Amino acid sequence: MLKIGKLPIVILAVFIIIFPWIARLIPAIANYTDIMVFAGIYCLITIGLSLLMGYAGQISVGHAAFYGIGAYVSAILTARFGLNPWGCMFVGILVSAGIALLVGAPSLKLRGHYLAMATLAFGIIIYIVFNQETQWTGGPDGMAGIPGLSIFGFDLDSVEKYFYLVWGFVLAAFIFSVNVVQSGAGRALRAIHSSESAASAMGVNVSKFKVMVFVYSAVLASLAGSLYAHYMNFVNPATFDLFFSIKLLIMLALGGMYTLWGAVIGAGIFTFLSYEWLHYFKEFEVFVYGAILLVVVIFLPQGLAGVPGMIKGWLGRPKSNE
Amino acid sequence: METITLGGQLFQYLITGITVGSIYAMVAVGFNIIYNVTEIINFAQGEFVMLGGLMMVFCHAGMGLPLIMAFPLTVILVTLVGMLMDRLAIRPIRQPTVLSLIIATIAVSILLKGAAMFIWGKDPFDLPAFSGRNPIMFFGAVIQPQYFWVIGFLILIVIALTFFFDRTILGKAMSACADNPDAASLVGINVKRMIMLAFALSAAIGAVAGIVVTPISLMEYDRGAMLAVKGFGAAVLGGLGSFPGAVMGGLILGAIESLGAGLISSGYKDAFALIVLLVVLFFKPSGIFGDIEISRIKRF
Repeated sequence: MLKIGKLPIVILAVFIIIFPWIARLIPAIANYTDIMVFAGIYCLITIGLSLLMGYAGQISVGHAAFYGIGAYVSAILTARFGLNPWGCMFVGILVSAGIALLVGAPSLKLRGHYLAMATLAFGIIIYIVFNQETQWTGGPDGMAGIPGLSIFGFDLDSVEKYFYLVWGFVLAAFIFSVNVVQSGAGRALRAIHSSESAASAMGVNVSKFKVMVFVYSAVLASLAGSLYAHYMNFVNPATFDLFFSIKLLIMLALGGMYTLWGAVIGAGIFTFLSYEWLHYFKEFEVFVYGAILLVVVIFLPQGLAGVPGMIKGWLGRPKSNE
Repeated sequence: METITLGGQLFQYLITGITVGSIYAMVAVGFNIIYNVTEIINFAQGEFVMLGGLMMVFCHAGMGLPLIMAFPLTVILVTLVGMLMDRLAIRPIRQPTVLSLIIATIAVSILLKGAAMFIWGKDPFDLPAFSGRNPIMFFGAVIQPQYFWVIGFLILIVIALTFFFDRTILGKAMSACADNPDAASLVGINVKRMIMLAFALSAAIGAVAGIVVTPISLMEYDRGAMLAVKGFGAAVLGGLGSFPGAVMGGLILGAIESLGAGLISSGYKDAFALIVLLVVLFFKPSGIFGDIEISRIKRF
């Protein structure tokens, strides 16, 4: 589970490269490239959250805030001031990292339920700010006119080009996170998860690692928000409400937050559920999400990523003694 | 009539704040009951309030029952929901960790919200005030008669719970589960039943809160989450697990929210309580009346 070889990453890369071609060939899934753009955006957030929640064992129910901060910093600086989008994306990341540092340092001293509620309250406060600071954010109606992205004069003006951009970021974040997990920092995070006192007795600077991983997850969420803003050319606060933080929780629980693969799979499946497969339920999808979340937490505590292990456990119970 | 003095205005905010704060206090008491027995924070606590209000609308306006009969029926129905929640969502979890319990209660919370949207739709509902809507003028403040009902029910709940936990065998058995579940089961207390009773009790209190507040602020399907966070804020402010603390925390939070909305910014009304929650969590997570030693020995 911990060792992630090169082969799966190569397979992911190849899948990313050929996906739009396949989608173009089959009319029934022609719109899947568009949905995959959102899946990639969510993947960026869940990869960071997997490190925070799955590996380090810290709970956040407020990452919609960082997603929104990234989106709004990009939106305001590009649409209102005409600044360079890539620079704005970077500013968004700096702002999110700063706020994550400010909120994370005192929050992460808290444990369990307290931390969950603190992040939840933080998320709602930021959401209220998006709604109230109308002169900047456009209030509940949102703001339009956010420009698209271009690289060296080459406009990313089609869904497929944007798909490659987003998934390029996902691949980079994934490889970086794999390296983090397999480094000393990853071992420190897992030690914190098992027991904070034991970890600190072994010389792990617990609070530093916790804040670092919190900031890292905020940075990825902010990047995702900027990418979202430039793709939609429009942002409004409803995208970044409490329910989005809960949706992130569903993605992680569904895919399995204890592995990075689980985070990617969860985000992917959830995106297709919400954009494509649950249309029939319309706004009652919230009920379906609740049911999914409950079933997963009761029957699949490791998420879908834990299913192969469970099957292996059933089949090879006499032989394996892991 | 235009002579509204600043003093009168402040008094008005304070009265409104204490009324709203009484609701937060009831939610906080509900949190504490479950927390004391199981050390679970029930993120669906606010949904009980929402269900209380909407179920009352169904019993009163839908079934045509008079208020006095619809009230107990509603409380019973919501209590059943609370018991079902324990039986179907909390007890089946095989590896109870903080994270899995948080996810389970959040799952129940959005399930209930979805069900409420399905049954009642998205519109807010009103209920008739228990003793009319003729406001009472008092030192320049306008007081709805319903305010007295809200505050009265808070007092009633606190007295009843104090009696229950201090004077009855059942209440003492529940407290024993909180102190040490293993030791409690050794002396013959059925811990599982006590946990279900805790969910039943806090659902019942949530229902009462929902019923009494609906004539003042209406009720709709998506009010639960905000009530839960503010109720938690009240519980933490007063020290998680403490009943007098929950009441004080709720009243203080309500007053701060009302004064903040009136004097500073009404747009940020909901943010004040949350900022107070964050400040308390950051600087004194054991709360004003809480004991830091007690909060250290808790499992979660």
